[in-house]
Amino acid sequence: MFCDVCKQKKASVFLTQINKGEMHKVNLCEGCSKEKGVTDPLGFGLAEALQTFSHGEKIASQPQERACPACGMPQATFRKSGRFGCPRCYVTFADGLDSLLKAMHKDTRHIGKVPATAVAAAPDYTVKLEELRKAQEQAVADEKFEEAARLRDEIRQISEKVNE
Amino acid sequence: MKFATLLRKAPEWMIHDGPHRDIVLTSRIRLARNLDGSTFPGYARKDDRVALMTALQPKIESLPEMKDSFSEDLGNLDAIRKQALVEKHLISREHAAKAGGSAAVINREQSLSIMINEEDHLRMQSIRSGLDLRAAFAALDRVDTELDGLVNYAFDQRYGYLTACPTNLGTGMRASAMLHLPGLVLSDQVNQVITAVNKIGLAVRGLYGEGTEALANLFQISNQHTLGEREGDIIARLEKVIEQVIGHEQNARKKLLEDAPHKVLDHVGRAYATLCFAHILESKEALTHLSMLRMGCDLGMFPGMEAKLIDTLLVEIQPAHLQIGAQRKLNAEERDILRAEVLRRRLAGFPEPKTDVAAGPPPEDPPLI
Repeated sequence: MFCDVCKQKKASVFLTQINKGEMHKVNLCEGCSKEKGVTDPLGFGLAEALQTFSHGEKIASQPQERACPACGMPQATFRKSGRFGCPRCYVTFADGLDSLLKAMHKDTRHIGKVPATAVAAAPDYTVKLEELRKAQEQAVADEKFEEAARLRDEIRQISEKVNE
Repeated sequence: MKFATLLRKAPEWMIHDGPHRDIVLTSRIRLARNLDGSTFPGYARKDDRVALMTALQPKIESLPEMKDSFSEDLGNLDAIRKQALVEKHLISREHAAKAGGSAAVINREQSLSIMINEEDHLRMQSIRSGLDLRAAFAALDRVDTELDGLVNYAFDQRYGYLTACPTNLGTGMRASAMLHLPGLVLSDQVNQVITAVNKIGLAVRGLYGEGTEALANLFQISNQHTLGEREGDIIARLEKVIEQVIGHEQNARKKLLEDAPHKVLDHVGRAYATLCFAHILESKEALTHLSMLRMGCDLGMFPGMEAKLIDTLLVEIQPAHLQIGAQRKLNAEERDILRAEVLRRRLAGFPEPKTDVAAGPPPEDPPLI
């Protein structure tokens, strides 16, 4: 089997990654694996690699990776640069954000200055969504499945509204 | 205000004497802010960046604090002029790398500088002499509140001020102080101090911020976390740590004078001789010697001389300042010659170092013979 990148040398590094329900496989030779920085398979963005050299073999395909509806930044770009594209990205890519923030900061909740304009601002969806998610988890734990389903629908509704 | 005036004028922090000025050169507060509904500069298209800058710049200029300010599109400044602003700590290195679509607005006193379209739409900085983070914060907080009335900040109840990089999220505030720590460096204690400071969630960086070398024994201590802590608490915590570091530095200097007075005299004496008589001086060497001269001032070895002149020189001998002074591009060799010339001229009135200040008790170790 030859390397997916240079297509010349024999592949010796075989990677499989499941990301957001999509499974990707990439075979690389030693030189190319080093060049692409595949020293730590966990830190290596396979999805990105596939996009950039597009030789990988897609096994099971599910909906495409999310992009921010406001600025159009795909999630992969954030993973690569560590920078968001616009304020809305914080809502679009909210999943897993808290664990990232926990590693960076003292807490995941702002307690400092609040701008005058925000004091009387519209309802904050991120806080609301989080409350709903917690309630949903609790409902599942209590085996109140009807309640959980109702909460799931409400979460979906708000998420759609935010992403419009 | 014109660029030439800005460059010629000494910034307010250099003239004033803030608390602990001997060890702490400056205190700085930086706030990161973005406008709601606008793509962050790093991901925005150029015409969007230009449009945002064009709308924002006059609003900033209209603030009472920014009266008669220096306000310029970075596209109108050449690389050397931008570099000179970095050397004066008025804009960041990252900002200097930008061209059209980014701007800088700097007040007359050079105590406030506002960068438009750096990594965030707004990066605002306040700088004060000595250890005075509270005053620096108060000044910038006023500007921030005024601007809040003119624009819509991107803010989230949960995450606070939204920034391009999540490391600045929340308060968007970076508070930092620039410390001169020759005593801790000479006594090999500085790494211990840095490790201890890092352990409590504060960062130690070099002269020009992230990823730069600690030249001239200058170190910046700043907060790492911006989310989950109030501005005032961050500042109070940082202040406490800096006061401790100041204490360590004072002790280290005292101990050096007691244990190895000749070593101290030698460092200061050699620095004096080199700076006053050398004809070729590389930047790093000059900065190291200026650090020793500054310590000599603090120790009373140059009566009547103030450390301020040295702080001015730290900036004046930087590459862009030299080239603007010479009114032409200089290669490294030419700069080293001009640097030595500037130093010889500026230090002409500097008295020879006194040698009796270091006379402490005799060394504890018995003589070898």
